[in-house]
Amino acid sequence: MSGILRYGSYIPYFRLDRQAAGIGRGERAIASYDEDSVSMAVEAGRQALGGAAVDTLMFATTSPPYAEKLNAAAISAALDLPAQTRSLELGGNSRMGLAGLLLASELGHAGRTTLVCASDVVVGAPGGARERESGDAAVAFVTGAGDEAIARLLGSASTTAEVLDVWRLPGDPFARQWEERFGIEILGPVSVDTAKRALSNAGVEPASLAKVVLDATNRRDVADIPRALGLKSEQLADPLVDNLGRTGAAHAGLLLAQVLDTAKPGDRILVLSTADGCDALVFEVTDRIASGRPARSVAHWLASKRTDLPYNNYLKWRGILPFEPPRRPDPSRPAAPVMKRHERWKYAFHGSRCVQCNQGYLPPQRVCVKCGAVDNMKEEPFAHQPCSITTFTLDHLAYSLQPPVISTVVDFGCGGRMACELADADPKEVGIGDQLEMTFRRFYTGEGVHNYFWKARPVR
Amino acid sequence: MASNGIKDQVAIVGMACTQFGEHWDRDASDMLIEAATDAYKSAGVEPNDVDAYWLGTFASGVSGLVFSEALKTPYKPVTRLENMCATGSEAIRNAAYAVASGAYDLVMAVGVEKLKDGGYSGLVVPSPAGDGTESSMTAPAMFSLLAPAYCKKYGVDEGQLKDVLSRIAWKNHVAGAKNPKAQFRKEVSMDTICKSPRVAGMFGVFDCSGVADGAAAAILCRAEDAHKYTDRPIYLKAFSIAAGPNEGFISGDYDFTTFQEVVVSAQDAYKQAGITNPREQISMAEVHDCFTATELVLMEDMGFSERGEGWRDVLEGRFDGDGAQPINPDGGLKSFGHPIGASGLRMMYEMWLQLRGEAGPRQIANPKLGLTHNLGGQPGRCVSFVSIVGNEIG
Repeated sequence: MSGILRYGSYIPYFRLDRQAAGIGRGERAIASYDEDSVSMAVEAGRQALGGAAVDTLMFATTSPPYAEKLNAAAISAALDLPAQTRSLELGGNSRMGLAGLLLASELGHAGRTTLVCASDVVVGAPGGARERESGDAAVAFVTGAGDEAIARLLGSASTTAEVLDVWRLPGDPFARQWEERFGIEILGPVSVDTAKRALSNAGVEPASLAKVVLDATNRRDVADIPRALGLKSEQLADPLVDNLGRTGAAHAGLLLAQVLDTAKPGDRILVLSTADGCDALVFEVTDRIASGRPARSVAHWLASKRTDLPYNNYLKWRGILPFEPPRRPDPSRPAAPVMKRHERWKYAFHGSRCVQCNQGYLPPQRVCVKCGAVDNMKEEPFAHQPCSITTFTLDHLAYSLQPPVISTVVDFGCGGRMACELADADPKEVGIGDQLEMTFRRFYTGEGVHNYFWKARPVR
Repeated sequence: MASNGIKDQVAIVGMACTQFGEHWDRDASDMLIEAATDAYKSAGVEPNDVDAYWLGTFASGVSGLVFSEALKTPYKPVTRLENMCATGSEAIRNAAYAVASGAYDLVMAVGVEKLKDGGYSGLVVPSPAGDGTESSMTAPAMFSLLAPAYCKKYGVDEGQLKDVLSRIAWKNHVAGAKNPKAQFRKEVSMDTICKSPRVAGMFGVFDCSGVADGAAAAILCRAEDAHKYTDRPIYLKAFSIAAGPNEGFISGDYDFTTFQEVVVSAQDAYKQAGITNPREQISMAEVHDCFTATELVLMEDMGFSERGEGWRDVLEGRFDGDGAQPINPDGGLKSFGHPIGASGLRMMYEMWLQLRGEAGPRQIANPKLGLTHNLGGQPGRCVSFVSIVGNEIG
C-alpha cells in the first residue's frame, strides 16, 4: 500500500470579478504579476512539506516558465530540498497534475517519498470561455509508503486517447479547441469507462464513495459520470467554478485537497481528470488524516482575497495588453554565476547569524558589524520566520506592473533586518508594525531570464 | 592612528563653474573645457602651470583620459575617481592632500556629469552583475523613509512636517532664483510645492532635487604660495569622509532619523578645524539637499540644530538666505540639479564666491567659515563628506 502522507494548497490573493470584467458571474483566481507556476508551486510545496523530508520532486504544469531548463530545479532550491533529490517534470496537458499524483503514489511502493507539485497560470484569449472559466492555483502532495498515509491509494485506471480537442503550439499565447461537442463525444465515454475500471480495481462500490472529484478540460466530458455510476449529488465535490475557476494541472488535486480538508477516516474518494484520455484514482482516508493537514485549507485561501482588480490590469499582468513603460531602464537579467554563488540566499532564503554575538544577517555576511568576528557565522533559514514592518514607503517611481511599489524595512522576530518589497498588499492599508510572512515570487523577467526571489506579504 | 587633517596648509586660488541644466547641445568634454579654462583664468595661470589633476565623474566616462583628451593636457597625471554623490568633493579632497604632501605645487580638482543623455527620469546607477536580489528602491523612496520616522520619533504631525519640508524647498528655490548658474531660477510658491504630485512617501516632485548636466573646477596650491595667484584665497580647514558598513539595514536599532556617517564625518571635520560650536561658528553651509527631508535631518546630524528641533529652526527661518545660519545660499541641489561629479565642486564654488564677497545679490554679511557636505547612498548606508573652509588663516 502507498498513498498521500501530507498535502498543501495555494490560491493567489487576487480575483477577477467576472461581472465587473463583463465576462460572466462569480470570480476567478488570478496569479499576481509577480507569480507564475513555479512560484505558486513553491507556496503550495511549503504548505505540504511542513518539515517533512522527501527524496523525489515532481512538477506538473501546462504553463512552464522555461520551455527548456528544469523548472523543478528552482522549486527544489526554493524549498531547500537536498541536492540528492530526484526531480522530474510533467507537462503537455492539464491531466498531468493528477497523473503525477498517481505516479508519485505508486513510487511509494518503491520506497520513495515524493513531493508532487501541480501548478498553473491558465490564460485564455480575452472574451473566451477559457479566460472566463479558468483560474490560477497550485497544490502539492507528499506521497510515500502506506503505513504513514493519511489517504491510501486503493486503485486506479488510466486511458490514453489521441484526439484533437485542446491544443497549443509552442510560443502561442492561447490554447485552441476543436468544436466542443466532438471532444465530449470521444472523451465522455472514456471518462465513464476509466472511472468504472478504477472503482473495480479498488474494489469499491460507487455508493460507498464519500466524495467524487470530477475534473476535465471541458466540464461536459465528465457530465455523464454521476448518472452512469448512480451517484447522488451530495457525493459530488464542489468544482469551485464560481469562486476559483478551473486551475489547469492543479485543479483535480486542488479539489482533492478541498475534500481532504474535511474528510473523515474511512472516507473513500474517487478523483478523476480528463484530458487526451483520463486518469482515475480511488483513495481511502486513514485515521492519520488530521496529522497530514496543512495549516491553511482551500477554504482559507478562497476567503483571503482582493476582488477589485481592474480587468485591464489583469491583461497587463499577463502580457496581453501593451502599455506605456516607465521612463526608467528595463530591469537587467541576473547573472548566472552570481545566482549560483548566492543560491542558498536567493532561493532557500538562508541568511546568517554571528556565532559570537548573535547578530542576524540578510543576506548572509562574513564579517560581523557588531562584534567584528570574521567567518564565524552559521547559516540560518528565514523563509518560515515571521517579520513585521519597521518602516515603509510607497514608491511611485520604481518599475512595477502594480504601482506604487510598497517598499518596506522589515525586522524578523528572531533578529535580522532587510529592505523588502511587499506583495499582495493594499497601499492604503499598510502600517508600521504590520505582521508579515515571506513569499517566493518572480520579480521580473529581464533579457529572457526569470528573476525569482522573496518578498514579504501581510499574513494571509 | 589619527585623523590629523591639513588645516590651513592648502588654499584654493581659482575656481569656475558652468551653468547647470539640460545641456542638450554640449558633451561632457565641452563642459570640462569650459570649467577648466575658466579656472585657469580665475587663478591667472597657464594650463601647463598645473602639475596634476583629479577628475571626479560618476558615470560620464572612465579614466583620466576623459579629461586629458578633452583638454589635450600633455602627459600630466590625471586621476579619475568616484565616490557616489561625494565624487566631486573627493576630487578636491584628494587633490588637496597631494599638495599638502609636497608632491605637487599646483593642482586642479575638476568634476563633471552628463546625466541628461540617458533619456530616463531620475538617476540611473550602473551596477555590476548581480544575483537579482538587490533592493529596487528608487532614491526618492529610500530618502522618504526619513519623514514618517522623524514624525514618529519627535511627535511631529505629518501635515506639519509636510510644511517644514515644503519650506526647505521654497527657501532653496528663493536662493536659486538669484543665481545665474542654477538650473531652476524661479521662486516656487509654498502651495505649488505642497501640492506637487507624489513621487514616494510624503515626497512630491518639489521635494526632490533635479537632474542636470554641469561641471566645476578648482585650482589649489600650498597656503604659503596662495598670494602669488590671488589676494583673496580661501583656506582649507578640514576634510572628512565616512563610508558606512550598512549598519542601518542590519541593526534593529537604526530608526531612520539620522545618518551616522554624517555625524561621524562632521565631528571629525570639526575636530580638524577646531570647531566646538558649529551652530555659532559656521557662517554658512552647502549641504546635500537631494531631498527636503535629507536637509532637515542633516541640520541635526551636523549640530546646526538640537535633536528634534531642526524642524522648528526651519520654520523660524534660521537657515534662510538672510537667516542666522544660511543653508544652501546658492540654491542647493534643489535649484542646481545634481550632476554627481560636479556637485561637490559647485558647493565649493559658492564658498569661493561668498568668502571673497563676490556672491552678488546672495552675498552673506562677513562670512568667516563655510561648510560643504555631500552624501551618497541612502539612510542607513551611505558615504558622507564634510569640508570646512575659511577666508583667513588660523
